[in-house]
Amino acid sequence: MIETFINIILFAMLVLTALAIVRIDQLFGVVMLSGVFSLLSALLFVTLDAVDVAFTEAAVGAGISTVLMLGTIALTARTQKKATRSGFVPFIVVAVTGAALVYGTLDMPSFGDPNAPAQLHVGPEYLAGSITDIDVPNVVTSILASYRGYDTLGETAVVFTAGIGVLVLLSGLARRRREDEEEEDA
Amino acid sequence: MINVDFIIGHMNYWLFIVLMMTGLYIVVARGNLVKKIVGLNIFQTSVFMFYISIGKVTGGTAPIYPVDSQGHIQVDPSLTYSNPLPHVLILTAIVVGIATTSLALALIIRIREEYDTIEEDDILKIERELSAQDSKAHGSAMGGRA
Repeated sequence: MIETFINIILFAMLVLTALAIVRIDQLFGVVMLSGVFSLLSALLFVTLDAVDVAFTEAAVGAGISTVLMLGTIALTARTQKKATRSGFVPFIVVAVTGAALVYGTLDMPSFGDPNAPAQLHVGPEYLAGSITDIDVPNVVTSILASYRGYDTLGETAVVFTAGIGVLVLLSGLARRRREDEEEEDA
Repeated sequence: MINVDFIIGHMNYWLFIVLMMTGLYIVVARGNLVKKIVGLNIFQTSVFMFYISIGKVTGGTAPIYPVDSQGHIQVDPSLTYSNPLPHVLILTAIVVGIATTSLALALIIRIREEYDTIEEDDILKIERELSAQDSKAHGSAMGGRA
């Protein structure tokens, strides 16, 4: 009962944060609110028993991504232009997409159903095998590093590629800025 | 088939869809590129929450076994655990998400350097002018009257 109550309050706060992000024009406020959104979603992950996901989301979503976005608005612009076009067509698009997604959920098993198909396959095998095969108390750790180690290897490759991409895109930024200023001075 | 139990059991999916669509609305309706990225992040986080909620088992707890003082796993058969597999997949997705976000932000910085704006409308206007100039130069090079 208390869990449902907490979930409803968290949901209300998430929706309010998202609506505030839609309305605010100051990019600093938008970035801060997106950090708030990440922290609230981390709280929701705790109530959904996903503690590992919760602290990753708090560290990565609320921490690193907020810092990166603050760096970006420091290098670009602090405010957005007032929205000139009407929001009517996007609203229709969003409403139709949402209705299609809601239609898709009608066939899904109820929330928390222990006999849902997702609960019957591999998950129980990992839970049982983690004790005998791997001997690590945290099942998420044993799946991440052992049963699905190749996924994690692929993830590392993606992060490495993205890091190289960012370096290539941003290298020479300071040099080009200096050259521009020298041209203007001359 | 539509009764109170069905609605309570599916309410959380619909709430995640509301959040997801708010993110999509920001991406479609707002022209500022940084704000579009924030909208994409909201969309992404809602998908994560949706996915984690599929792995939740009623009465379950976090999938971590209790250990005794020597560090040996003590299995307590009275406990049920939520499905750990969605947690692992979403951990990977969060990290990949921050990698793509950082790449997008770097692209925004480069766009600002080239066009001196991060508003989609202004960028499209500059693009149209540039392509008009291009086709004009191309036409006169071919000997046309353009």
